[in-house]
Amino acid sequence: MNKKQLEEKIAFSVLTVTMLLVVVPTLLIIGYIIFKGIGTINWEFISAMPRKGMREGGIFPAIVGTIYLVLGTIILALPLGIGSAIYLTEYAKQGKITRLIRLAIMNLAGVPSVVYGLFGLGLFVLFLQIGTSILAGALTLACLILPVVITASEEALKSVPQSYREASLALGATKWQTIQKVVIPHAMPGIITGAILGIGRAAGETAPILLTVAAFFLPRLPKSVFDQAMVLPYHLYIISTQVPNMPQEIQYGTALVLLGLVSIFFMIATVIRIKFKMANRA
Amino acid sequence: MAKISVDDLNLFYGDFQALKNISLNIEEKKVTALIGPSGCGKSTFLRTLNRMNDLISGVKITGDLKLEEQEIYQKDVDVVSLRRRVGMVFQKPNPFPKSIYENVAYGPRRYGIKNKLQLDSIVEKSLKKAALWDEVKDRLNKSALGLSGGQQQRLCIARALAMEPEVLLMDEPTSALDPIATAKIEELIVELKNEYTIVIVTHSMQQAARISDETAFFLMGELVEADKTQKIFTTPRDQRTEDYVTGRFG
Repeated sequence: MNKKQLEEKIAFSVLTVTMLLVVVPTLLIIGYIIFKGIGTINWEFISAMPRKGMREGGIFPAIVGTIYLVLGTIILALPLGIGSAIYLTEYAKQGKITRLIRLAIMNLAGVPSVVYGLFGLGLFVLFLQIGTSILAGALTLACLILPVVITASEEALKSVPQSYREASLALGATKWQTIQKVVIPHAMPGIITGAILGIGRAAGETAPILLTVAAFFLPRLPKSVFDQAMVLPYHLYIISTQVPNMPQEIQYGTALVLLGLVSIFFMIATVIRIKFKMANRA
Repeated sequence: MAKISVDDLNLFYGDFQALKNISLNIEEKKVTALIGPSGCGKSTFLRTLNRMNDLISGVKITGDLKLEEQEIYQKDVDVVSLRRRVGMVFQKPNPFPKSIYENVAYGPRRYGIKNKLQLDSIVEKSLKKAALWDEVKDRLNKSALGLSGGQQQRLCIARALAMEPEVLLMDEPTSALDPIATAKIEELIVELKNEYTIVIVTHSMQQAARISDETAFFLMGELVEADKTQKIFTTPRDQRTEDYVTGRFG
């Protein structure tokens, strides 16, 4: 074996190992949660109210709370994020100010989530007097995922070939018509990828909702967006640390349900993304 | 008769002056070819005629440009309606990733035409004018991206014609095409000049000689000479023009 072939072999092996280092632990975690939690999953666990200090019964209100919260977050964050991204890429004059805005957005993506929680508590819950509620939580989570949505949307908009914009404008379309009919449809798959990343974060965060929406124990469904709610990640946190004598199966069952719920959100978003991709090719 | 008259046009990209004191009349229902070496400003000039240069930041333009009686560069000019009168075909075929039908119907739809029958007839008429109808009439709802390069370019011409423009600007429309597709487009251009005023930027001297009635020679941002094509290619007034068309540089 000569030197070049050896180098090739080593590089390939190192890359394979790094890949495995990433993939194997992920699969192990998922596998472990499924293995430990699957026995707990039954219709009652998914559809019933918790009983006996959450040690028995189901986690229905937490599931519903999570769905409400994620949907609310997406409804708030997606239009705002797409709108800002369109403004930044299509309308704003590129210069010092837009660079500053982009830098701010990137920094926001790195702010610890508990800071968002405190911010939400201060602004939405207390100052705007929305109170501890699904709305306050969704607003807080929307702030949290906005940087992700904006950055992904911007990348998607930038990837739309300039020749499409030129063609549309040269045909006498207005700028807004061009954005609506050519730019956004073409950027949609990328925008939805951003939304998927956002959903993942919104569904899994504990710290922001702890301060803005989550109820420790609320064995009923939320009545409106101004109501508090139980939410899966927070529920998982309290049954793992705050409630004595909590059966382990319920903890793993809850984790598995959270995992499943996020997967379902991902699948829905992926299907929508594929739909848009197909439309672009047609 | 002059369809477009340009008087003392100067164009700056920031500090760089790309066009210098250009005055040129573009004749109605004639093919005017803009020739010159790369970077001479011919494409820039073409793009001033439908104000596509507006898209580039830092462009400054002075001078007087008129499409018949309409000013092109006044503050209150409606760029959208100007571009409906002055269509454009680009260097690389750039159909939208939509169906053939939707590509041609794109302009009319934005213009506000919703009636299906009306759109159908515009699409058919435009594709026929662009000599593409027979090749695509059975697959109007298929993706435009499935067409060959030459077909895509003719689709782009059809798409521009659907707006019923008066002037058609073409920016090296055959430079990305093979010789057979090029011949088809050239044939089409000669056909189209019966109805439209055509301005074409081309790198190919032969192409300019074959299809154009008038030729304008640009060099380093200046318009060196503009005259009947035959005259430019046989007895040019300027030595630089002669050097260029005989292939001594460029």
